[in-house]
Amino acid sequence: MTKSAFGRQSLRASALQALAVTTLLSLPALAADPIKIGAVLSASGPAAFLGDPEAKTLKIYVEELNKKGGVLGRQIELVLYDDGGDANKARTFATRLIEDDKVVAMVGGSTTGTTMAMIPVFEDAKVPFVSVAGAIEIIEPVRSFVFKTPHTDKTACEKIFEDMKARSLTKIGMISGTDGFGKSMRAQCLRVVKDYGIAIVADESYGATDSDMTPQLNKIKNTAGLQAVVNPGFGQGPAIVTRNYGQLSIGLPLYQSHGVASKSFIDLAGPAAEGIRLPAPALLVADKLADTDKQKTVVTAYKTSYEKAVGQPVSTFGGYAFDGIQLVVEAIQKAKGAEPQKIRDALEATKGYVGVTGIYTMSATDHLGLGTESFRMLEVRNGGWVEVGAR
Amino acid sequence: MLKSALRSRWATLAVLALMIAIVPLIAPSAFYLRVAALVWIFALAALGLTILMGYAGQVSLGHAGFLGIGAYGVAIGPTHLGLSPLLSLILAAALSGVIAYVVGRPILRLKGYYLAIATLGFGLILALIFQSESAVTGGPDGMAVARLTVFGWRIAGAMQWYWVSAGVLLLGAWIALNIADSPSGRALRALHDSEVAAAGAGVDVAAKKLAAFVAAAIYAAIAGGLLACMNGLITPDAASFMHSVEFVAMVIIGGLGSVLGAVVGAAFLIVLPQALTSLQEYEQAVLGLLIMVFMIALPMGIVPSLRNWLTERLA
Amino acid sequence: MAEFLQLLFSGLTVGAVYALVALGFTLIYNASDVINFAQGDFVMIGGMGTVFLAAAGLSLPLAAFIAILAAVAVGLLLHRLAIEPARGASPVALIMITIGASIFIKGVAQVVFDKQFHSLPAFTGSDPIALGGATILPQSLWVVGGAIVLFVALYLFLERTLLGKAVLATAANRLAARLVGINVKVILALAFGVSAAIGAIAGVLVTPITLTRYDIGTLFALKGFAAAMVGGMGHPLGAVVGGVLIGLMEAFGAGYISSTYKDGVAFLAILLVLFFMPRGLFGGGSVERV
Repeated sequence: MTKSAFGRQSLRASALQALAVTTLLSLPALAADPIKIGAVLSASGPAAFLGDPEAKTLKIYVEELNKKGGVLGRQIELVLYDDGGDANKARTFATRLIEDDKVVAMVGGSTTGTTMAMIPVFEDAKVPFVSVAGAIEIIEPVRSFVFKTPHTDKTACEKIFEDMKARSLTKIGMISGTDGFGKSMRAQCLRVVKDYGIAIVADESYGATDSDMTPQLNKIKNTAGLQAVVNPGFGQGPAIVTRNYGQLSIGLPLYQSHGVASKSFIDLAGPAAEGIRLPAPALLVADKLADTDKQKTVVTAYKTSYEKAVGQPVSTFGGYAFDGIQLVVEAIQKAKGAEPQKIRDALEATKGYVGVTGIYTMSATDHLGLGTESFRMLEVRNGGWVEVGAR
Repeated sequence: MLKSALRSRWATLAVLALMIAIVPLIAPSAFYLRVAALVWIFALAALGLTILMGYAGQVSLGHAGFLGIGAYGVAIGPTHLGLSPLLSLILAAALSGVIAYVVGRPILRLKGYYLAIATLGFGLILALIFQSESAVTGGPDGMAVARLTVFGWRIAGAMQWYWVSAGVLLLGAWIALNIADSPSGRALRALHDSEVAAAGAGVDVAAKKLAAFVAAAIYAAIAGGLLACMNGLITPDAASFMHSVEFVAMVIIGGLGSVLGAVVGAAFLIVLPQALTSLQEYEQAVLGLLIMVFMIALPMGIVPSLRNWLTERLA
Repeated sequence: MAEFLQLLFSGLTVGAVYALVALGFTLIYNASDVINFAQGDFVMIGGMGTVFLAAAGLSLPLAAFIAILAAVAVGLLLHRLAIEPARGASPVALIMITIGASIFIKGVAQVVFDKQFHSLPAFTGSDPIALGGATILPQSLWVVGGAIVLFVALYLFLERTLLGKAVLATAANRLAARLVGINVKVILALAFGVSAAIGAIAGVLVTPITLTRYDIGTLFALKGFAAAMVGGMGHPLGAVVGGVLIGLMEAFGAGYISSTYKDGVAFLAILLVLFFMPRGLFGGGSVERV
């Protein structure tokens, strides 16, 4: 088993490009080794709709960065593996990144399950790991080398309940997916719901691959006093819930989660999506942001380059990966070196970094650094997203 | 004489021991040790299936379900019941055997496709339980597993896990080989060839099949328990249909009924995704294609084909 | 009553989908004794193919037609390249070959198409039809109607045409069929082709309701399979009844009891049927086909 026998996804710019860049800038970095950043993502398998845009984002970003000369005069080498959504495989690839590829940092872990499986590997090796998965247990309790970029599901629940409270909706139904995302968000929502004086009067679930949710929704519909419904889940489930919701003419406000924050959700859900609200990052309303909005530049730039390269609308998931690698690169720049410990310290010291998901300010006790204010409450109007409510 | 030496159980054990001894000498990093440890663990589960499929001729498309029982047993015991991890592993293996005994009685009356489907359904229901009962199992994101401690020795690190998994595999292989050579084993194989003939020869067909099913479940559960302890985390996809398919593929690709075959088959399917990382996009297509090609072109499997070729050369 | 009706509509729609997949299983099983795990992937090819061809600018009917032809081609290739060469293999080997084929098709599909979910517009609008306090989507009527038409067409084909009778004869006794001059090879290829077509048509019909993705076939295969098994393997009417039954059980179970184990209903049904009625509800043949 020689090393060369194992191929690897390398994203170094082509030799020619590298040569052109280095001659052009004639930097002393000519002989410098590339900085290796690892990524283990679920680019295939049931969580592919997370991992696929994440992987594409990382590739595009690293390619663009290298064209511009890399960081600290060194090129970035992205070592990307696909775990297929399997926690055991993820852990093996994590070991490979550490032991074999010797990466200095890692951006990845599309799902909470794969992230949790990989955490011990990076903690033991003292290499920073920026997760792009949702659940709060990734950063609570705080682990020295583990960070994450996506909003927690708890924040999403809070944002939704804030909006409900403002609209005086106090008796709600919940229909959640039985996938990791849906279950975790359901649990967080149950935890914080009382703080808002809201009662959950109906609580249903559906399987990740269900194709018809009318039985569950019908049950919710027949619950007395119901004022609104929230649907924690991702994948195709929420789109089908939305369609069935329309079919049953339930007519009450329906809230989706940040798990479906992408234009493709509106396409899949069709006309029934009209009027739906969900908490989402600024990325979704890039073209509608005020020019004074701090995030406008970075969000527009990411959206443009992703959609140009991939030909599909951006999703929040790709955005998480973008922020993840961007945070790492910024940390390397600030630390003026690519040693794992230095990167970690610089990551923790992140202050006011403007990303596509929100504005991050981390600390020793907060390895996420996003609050409810990073979410915008969006509503579907005329087949597009519109920001509603006060922020 | 060489022929018979090649077929003896000591030769099998010697080859296996040699493989186990060589890997640490040539492994460039702990990553390779982890991959090898995974091979030994999955080979152990595949060995169980070898007893069921290769000896007794009964298929199971729900083998990963029993792996899940072992894995979740090791996870749940220390977390919810305050048992030691080692005791949990033993109890989980026993529980897996008991469940196999209870379910096996009605299921094993079925044959061919019907047996395949019944085991498939059973495995899927187990996976669904692991995923749905989040209060106990942690749900789809899985649950943390306590470190395995054996008589005060806390197993940690790739090297230690390598030797533990290798040791258990050797033991498992030795037991499987003894079963094969025992009167029961011969009865099982008679059953594989023709159930009617075996029954005519006085073999208690139902009891033998059930015993093989229980043994398979125990092997899988121990493998699952080791896997969970080594990873420190278990998720329901360990019990998924896809993994059950992989186990059957391991047994058939390696060589139906061959102990070394189970190991070779496991090595093949564990190393494959590591070797295919440069073809990530096509990994699934390649895996599917390989399964088909092996089934069609090499129905005997790698090890028996190789052994036949070797014995022909030597003869 | 309204609730009952709503669950009934839900169960019938989903059941019709399962029934169509089960019908495809049955046809191939009857002709060749093979349980084709790639059956669900024909559904995927029908749906995804139509989505991508329509996106490329083709009209919906034309896109659907080409997608169905593509599925038929895949079915024929599957038979020619994977099933034919393995003639005489054990059921386990045949299962593994078709599972391998299914993994292969998914692997190719995720490269040829993509990994996102897609949908098709409903054929005749998406305004729900109100009926006795419950609602049903026009597309559901298409699915149920399509299932009935396909079943009747298959029945007429098998019972009334010479070719169909040849399929039945092959199913009953391959050697005898050959002796009376039936080209068994052609008949088997035909079964795979027709079965693929049924799957792909189902895919086109259900995609507006269920959405589609490269890996959606696994679910359809497992549920359709359970349907075929519950009804009694190899029995076309059994496949349809089995499909509808599982659809109804899932809907009523989720509606009246709990939705947590909705996906388990089909497999629990298989186990119970196999334990107590090993031949399925309609099965008259022997348990094991030798």
